[in-house]
Amino acid sequence: MYKMLDGNTAAVEAMKLARVDVIAAYPITPQSTISEKLSEIVASGEMKAKYIRVESEHTAMSACIGASLTGSRAGTATSSNGLALMNEMIVAAAGIRAPIVMPVVNRAIATPWSLWCEHMDTMSQRDLGWMQFFTQNCQDVLDYTIAAYKIAENKDIMTPAMVCLDGFFLSHSMQKINVPAQEDVDKFLPQYELTNSYLNPQDPMFVSNVVGMNDYTEVKYQQKVAMDNAFDVIENVFGEFYAKFGRKLNIIEEYKTEDADVVLVCMGSMTGTVKYVVDKMRAKGKKVGMVKLVVFRPFPYKYIYEALKDKKVIGVFDRNSCLGGQYPPVCTEVIAALKGTDADIRDYVGGLGGRDVNPSNIEKIFNELLDIHSGKSYKHTNWIDLKENPMDSREVFKYV
Amino acid sequence: MYEIIKDSKGTLNHGISACAGCGMELLARCVFDVLGEDIIIVIPPGCAALLTGMGAECGIKAAGMMCNLENTASTCSGIRASLDSQGNDHTTVVGFAGDGGTLDIGLQSLSGMIERGDKVLYICYDNEAYMNTGIQSSSATPFLASTTTQPAGKPTVKKDLVGIAMAHDIPYAATASLHNIADLKKKIQKAKDTDGPSLIHVLIPCPTGWRSDPADTITLARAAVNTGVWVLYEYENGEVTVNYKPKELKPIEEYISLQGRFKKVTEEEKAQMQKIVKQSYERKIAKLEK
Repeated sequence: MYKMLDGNTAAVEAMKLARVDVIAAYPITPQSTISEKLSEIVASGEMKAKYIRVESEHTAMSACIGASLTGSRAGTATSSNGLALMNEMIVAAAGIRAPIVMPVVNRAIATPWSLWCEHMDTMSQRDLGWMQFFTQNCQDVLDYTIAAYKIAENKDIMTPAMVCLDGFFLSHSMQKINVPAQEDVDKFLPQYELTNSYLNPQDPMFVSNVVGMNDYTEVKYQQKVAMDNAFDVIENVFGEFYAKFGRKLNIIEEYKTEDADVVLVCMGSMTGTVKYVVDKMRAKGKKVGMVKLVVFRPFPYKYIYEALKDKKVIGVFDRNSCLGGQYPPVCTEVIAALKGTDADIRDYVGGLGGRDVNPSNIEKIFNELLDIHSGKSYKHTNWIDLKENPMDSREVFKYV
Repeated sequence: MYEIIKDSKGTLNHGISACAGCGMELLARCVFDVLGEDIIIVIPPGCAALLTGMGAECGIKAAGMMCNLENTASTCSGIRASLDSQGNDHTTVVGFAGDGGTLDIGLQSLSGMIERGDKVLYICYDNEAYMNTGIQSSSATPFLASTTTQPAGKPTVKKDLVGIAMAHDIPYAATASLHNIADLKKKIQKAKDTDGPSLIHVLIPCPTGWRSDPADTITLARAAVNTGVWVLYEYENGEVTVNYKPKELKPIEEYISLQGRFKKVTEEEKAQMQKIVKQSYERKIAKLEK
């Protein structure tokens, strides 16, 4: 059935269709309507679940971990500072192997205070043992969230997952979405079942006590193996999803890369804009292409290698400043994936704090990459949408 | 990977690695005795984490988990909601945390749990400092007690946990002491039977942190009550019952002279301490019996 939904409501629909048993949510812009809508449909009886109105995101994740280990499919959603506050419990959920699926509405972390889209929140959590899926549109939000439950709860994976949607660009934009029927989702997604660690007085075990130096490495290695296993499981689940619902989900998506001289790698809602610019420039005879990363954790390095191994010039767009690092995170990963090739890989940072990633900036990136490809130039503008005279911004503080 | 060996008496194994004379271990045994096997227990890192053992070895024959330091109450809330969603109204969800994990870093999470009315039994074993990390001051450390972060003595008095819970109008809260096990067990049972959040705050003499003789644990628990340092009372459906009032308060000397943590207290400070203890005892009784 088609519905007009914004990204947040698409996430709510997915959680409802996944029959989440326990919800613990705390409001934060731009996630708030997820918290609101979930509480509304639980109160009305449309969704059969327990809703815990928690006093912080830290508690939200703590409660989800407790509920998850006690045999309930647990759900929460957050954004920005909320995710940062959860940080400690993000690590705990992964280590305790609680397969929680969490929509994260991407927003910059203060300070400076910003309510708007950026990937710093999820990027700062990237190595803590959660899978991360980045969505391009509201249909993606619904589809990848449903698929994420099946992947996260697979017995060879048992690893939590974030489904990332760009704040406001997706969370608050209404789009036409194909919402699957409950009975089809029920057939696709089996009941939540714990087989390894659980809290059950009839079969007592103590979960998550101290692990000595003789065991810790191996327990962490098990998490690594789960991440390594994830690609096969993701491919299978995406295949089943396609068979059931007729929509193709991807680990990465290549767009007009085959004969492209230069390719831009990017994630999230900006990929729609990039596709538009690719088409526009192709019409002028410029051979440009795009690779969209959907799965960022585990990082699909083999897929990236296969897609880009023959490309000579590649740009990578990070919606995240990487302070003090040589390259921002997506670019770092792409460089690592293409190690051994002679690709010239250029890092671009932009779209911070909600600044629109607009077609003219994407076109500028492609033109720079094409110039590098043809040997006309060597330079690129790595902070692509920076205003002139950036050091004069907020000068009232500068001279205090 | 977690093996539970089921051949000792009671829920808590013998021979666990608590310090000699540890009051927390005695409290834990009382808690398990009263609550039985149908429980899920949540323990944060701290002294009680010793009971959970290490790696494949575990001292507790009950379903439980170690949470993080500040989220005992929130983890319990999640477990309770999960059991409720499965129609399980018989399993007791119990949080068992120290004073640091309760009164300092865990206060927000506990406040949330109580305010929401989540049916969780929360027990705070209060040994009055971060003992497991090496005797650092917490907000439960008493006036002038010397700790590794305040070696000259803490200049402020301790936080009133049950008072905070009462401000939430918690259905059941009580203080308890190890020198009166019958009273303690009765309170645990009452808390278990409460349809909503419940809290028991137990003063736990700690030979390691209080620098007292392990043989004096019960003596100290009794002295705390008889000197007015620790008041035994219950708050039940809005009504307060003071469980015990000494006919006459014993001098503070009887309590502090047995403890190394008050060794540096001067005569002048001792007088000041005596004044504060007496004043706060009288104020508290007056307030509770109002």
